[in-house]
Amino acid sequence: MNTGKIEVHEVTRVEGHGNIVLNVKEGKIEELRLEITESPRFFEAMLIGRKWYEATHLTCRICGICSIGHSSASINALENGLGIVPSEQTMKLRHVIHAGETLQSHLLHVYFLAAPDLLGVPSVFPLVETHADVVKRALRLKRLANDICCDIVGRHIHACSFRVKAFPKLPSKETLASLRDRLVAALPDLQATVELIASLKLPDFERETEYLALYHPDEYAMYTGQVIRSTRGTETPLYDYKHKIQEYVVPHSHAKHAESEFGAYMVGALARFNNNYEQLRPEAKEAAETMGLKPICYNPFMNNVAQIVECVHCALVAVDELNDLLDMDLQEEDLTVPVKACRCVGASEVPRGTLYHEYNLDSEGFITSANLIIPTAQNLNNLEHDMHGLVPQILDQEPDNIRQALEMLVRAYDPCISCATHLLEVKFV
Amino acid sequence: MKPRVAVFSFTSCEGCSLAILECENELLDVINLVDFVRWREAMTETSDEIDIAFVDGSISTHEDVRKLREIREMSKMLIALGACAHDTCITGIKNRFGMSQVKEIVYGPDGAQFDTIPARPLKAVVPVDFELPGCPIDRGEFLRCVRDLVLGKKPKLPNYPVCVECKRKGNVCVFFKGMKCMGPVARAGCGALCPSFGDYCEACRGFVDNPNEESHKETLAEHGLTPQEVMNFFTLFNAYDESQI
Repeated sequence: MNTGKIEVHEVTRVEGHGNIVLNVKEGKIEELRLEITESPRFFEAMLIGRKWYEATHLTCRICGICSIGHSSASINALENGLGIVPSEQTMKLRHVIHAGETLQSHLLHVYFLAAPDLLGVPSVFPLVETHADVVKRALRLKRLANDICCDIVGRHIHACSFRVKAFPKLPSKETLASLRDRLVAALPDLQATVELIASLKLPDFERETEYLALYHPDEYAMYTGQVIRSTRGTETPLYDYKHKIQEYVVPHSHAKHAESEFGAYMVGALARFNNNYEQLRPEAKEAAETMGLKPICYNPFMNNVAQIVECVHCALVAVDELNDLLDMDLQEEDLTVPVKACRCVGASEVPRGTLYHEYNLDSEGFITSANLIIPTAQNLNNLEHDMHGLVPQILDQEPDNIRQALEMLVRAYDPCISCATHLLEVKFV
Repeated sequence: MKPRVAVFSFTSCEGCSLAILECENELLDVINLVDFVRWREAMTETSDEIDIAFVDGSISTHEDVRKLREIREMSKMLIALGACAHDTCITGIKNRFGMSQVKEIVYGPDGAQFDTIPARPLKAVVPVDFELPGCPIDRGEFLRCVRDLVLGKKPKLPNYPVCVECKRKGNVCVFFKGMKCMGPVARAGCGALCPSFGDYCEACRGFVDNPNEESHKETLAEHGLTPQEVMNFFTLFNAYDESQI
């Protein structure tokens, strides 16, 4: 396509509303951007004047898919600020539900949102006829992932009892054993997923960029980590996150963009894989090898593959944590939280990347201000750079192919656009 | 001919649309009963001929108003899917600030040019045939609604408080555990899910018809909440006040 315009109004099979605009004249890109059109909801304003104990249930409603992720970051922030150290049993239960959400989100994305492109269909619905076993497997795995959350905290979308300090009601040992057994029984389904993805051809595109992820000394950081690690070699303490990450406004987007001192960067499964590969389970590393992924990978389409690697890893982590919990004497815990004025900063590796929550509390525990940095908002800058890198390589193709490639690139990031639009701060210069 | 079903999202977290995909055990049965013909989050295929439109999200911009009216035109039936569509849910908290104040807080002096209007439920803009409350929707309630619609029956919602469901389950009232709870005024239908998991009800499904709000505010105050805290409890999921729009 030498001269022409491609506009994708409301990209399908992504969470939230966004448009792709490409305008080419005589082989030169005049315009290329992803417009975020999702309506802002003003969470930063909503949080002011709410009590600390409302923060988690409010912010988890930023997103339906990564609700548990928001809860995790919120709880981590409040516990960091208020000086609360949760018990071992609480942390193990949290790792299990966090793994449940990671599994649910990644499997939804790969099977329902991304795979249709790779199988040449417009959605998962035609696959119900042509690939019935694949669809049933996807539903089975997703149901298990949701049950991990439902059985422990009531729901996956907007957890009922996931809160600061401890769980108000403990799951029974029977419940935990049942989840453990179902996870073990699901491992062949995950292996089948690995083999399916290994058999599909992903686009071949690379662009060198920086990858950021949280780091935890004892584990592949998912629930939380207190250090921000970069493939460029920097390590930043969590409370100094604003020294590493700057957000700024972009006119065509209801969501801010972000950059580090090196420019655009990516977060998410591929970023975690690139930074913390060494800490993955051996089985997860094997899955990566089967699917042709090794660190450091600069192909954003391989984010889909990294997500399946994480599914294998998280399922095994959840099994181990459940086995530990079954051996422990689980105790009901006191839920009292002493409140004081403080700056609360927390983070979690949610399915799409690093999520930061910051609140300032007054002495009565009312929130006076808040700042939230969303993984997808951090990725938008890098995504646009990738679009600018990809288009010249495919400009000689038919417009439909170019359109398809751009949509697939956006989907590869697994954007969560409702999340990214939660708040908007504008400075016109 | 199977009913043609569409799913749309307005100002929301899309959790209620997602909850449909989280009926994994029943999804294949649902597809046997209805045809999904339009659903941006899940499908690229699309259509303008719709028998039943499920719509989540509140209406918070002029563009939302325009799009909702279009959807109402092309759909035989329109169902509000979840709390945002039913009564604005948390998106209504913005309204308590007033539009100029909330834009000032988030945007500063340049806020005036942004399109945002006080959040409102779908029924404030177009006629709605049925509403599924809750943040998110209850999956069982959604499936019963689909079944009823396919059978030509009118779906129904319970009109008694969450306390009834809590007692049916034999839960110890969370007030006895030192918590404060909105159960006495909240609409049942969720199976008292939050209290059953040891936490308190926040009335995400809205209130029953004619709730005794004043009495419950007194109860909360007697249990130690300050007037500001009581207001917070009543305006977390139930901030919308149509008289203020």
